[in-house]
Amino acid sequence: MRVFLSAVYLFLYAPIALVVVFSFNAGRSATQMTGFSLQWYGKALSNVFLTDALKTSLIVAFTSAALAAVFGTMAAMGMERLGPRLRAVFDGMLAAAIVVPGVVIGIATLVALAGLFGVINPVLAELSSTAPQFQMGYLSLIAAHGLFSMALVAMIVKARIASLSRDIVEASYDLYAPPFATFFQIVLPQLRPSILAGFLMSFTFSFDDFIIAFFVAGAKTTLPMYVFASIRRGVTPEINAIATMVLVASLILIALAWLLMRERKPHAA
Amino acid sequence: MALSAAARKRWVTAALLAPAGLWLFFFLALPFLAILVFSLGERAPAGGYQPALTLANYLNLPARGAAFLNTALLAPVGAALCLAIAYPAAWFLALRVDPRHRLLLVALMIVPFWTSMLVRTYAWMYLLGARGIPQLLEMIGIENIRLINTPGAVLLGIVYGYLPLMVMPIYVSLEKLDRRLLEASSDLGARPMSTFLTVTLPLSMPGVMTGVALVSILLLGEYLIPQMLGGGKVYFIGNALVDLFLQSRNWPFGSAIAVTLVLGVVGVLLITMRIAWKVSGTRQMDLV
Repeated sequence: MRVFLSAVYLFLYAPIALVVVFSFNAGRSATQMTGFSLQWYGKALSNVFLTDALKTSLIVAFTSAALAAVFGTMAAMGMERLGPRLRAVFDGMLAAAIVVPGVVIGIATLVALAGLFGVINPVLAELSSTAPQFQMGYLSLIAAHGLFSMALVAMIVKARIASLSRDIVEASYDLYAPPFATFFQIVLPQLRPSILAGFLMSFTFSFDDFIIAFFVAGAKTTLPMYVFASIRRGVTPEINAIATMVLVASLILIALAWLLMRERKPHAA
Repeated sequence: MALSAAARKRWVTAALLAPAGLWLFFFLALPFLAILVFSLGERAPAGGYQPALTLANYLNLPARGAAFLNTALLAPVGAALCLAIAYPAAWFLALRVDPRHRLLLVALMIVPFWTSMLVRTYAWMYLLGARGIPQLLEMIGIENIRLINTPGAVLLGIVYGYLPLMVMPIYVSLEKLDRRLLEASSDLGARPMSTFLTVTLPLSMPGVMTGVALVSILLLGEYLIPQMLGGGKVYFIGNALVDLFLQSRNWPFGSAIAVTLVLGVVGVLLITMRIAWKVSGTRQMDLV
């Protein structure tokens, strides 16, 4: 069994490790190390298309995750106060947002927004020739990524709320604390680790997503879209360098999420 | 304006749910309704959609039969392969590993899932491509081996990509299993194998079924793995959808395929949940 488990870990990590190792290759070969060099990193980082795509991805990931954290938490708290029937409707919608495949979310958002813009834009153009025209871009990316993320945050926070004791909230009311003070001093501190973990998971999801962005990005290019397009043009050590940087970014996010989850332990006890 | 306590409570509830509700309505319910309507329409001459009321798109589904067939064949096989590797790994992690190392080993198992799927699939594209393993094989005299752009490569990519997601729910259900049941079983004279088959396995079924459901659902809509490791030769429904929406711009036909895909996802969910309930006798799903 020990051998089996080791083999599983080797299988999971060896391919990634090779990508990382060859990102430092001096030559172009994918099988022979011809020396150590950081030239591919220099090349990648001085590529304007890459840095633009990175900027787009960071803006979309941060905005969608932040909105998802706020709205998802609000939804989780609001659902606590609903009757069983409406609550089931929300539960169903949140579950749907999570299980519907990304490719369908991308298509649906594309179709709906294209239809909507097809109606709005001629009206706007009629009103004034200088009126801005709606188009796919940041807003459609944030809307589509935020959908999944918000559902994710709502699920995580809902589970946390369910595990909280109501006694402490009632004690706060008994001591005449107004609802807002109770929320900020009692409820929020206990939910914070879940909200932050949800935020980081959402950020990672958006930062890594390719398929939804592929449909709704319009003229924008996200980092995964750029990497995908470069891979199609041919495998080069520069892609290994970009891949390594993407991996390091994900690892930093995971480490952060893990530290935050760990913090939860003392509260749960 | 003075509001009664009950009315105020309702307003607060509505305010809390409004942003999420509007978001779900405008970016989930409405778009899905749009796809349903589009799937009954016709392709406009220049591509896109033109209103109509016809089932022609659904009757035309066999035109993309290969995509459906590949998905219906390789997704379950891929999920089964994931399960075959994930179950022993999860069992070992939950019941046999030294508790001092458990957290680290479990973390090492999940971490890959939270890193870029694109990059991980690229790793295999790189390894299986002409300048990877085939070049090494040539050095030892085995020539003209093609690994990439085969169904095998796609399956390998699937197992590589989704193994962590399969391990997690199984690990969770095995980890919280009451150890005393296992001791009782062996005290009563059951052999290890029969303890496993009659106690451990049934009790871990909710986790197994959650893993199977999660992986199968994601595989039904998979695009990157068949695209990068199947090279257009082994393509899934997701690849057909990308082609229909972004290249040939036949939106109504694409919408019909998307609706069918969602029905497939719902079907997989219902079947796996039904099996989990039947086998374990409980109505619970173990989530990660």
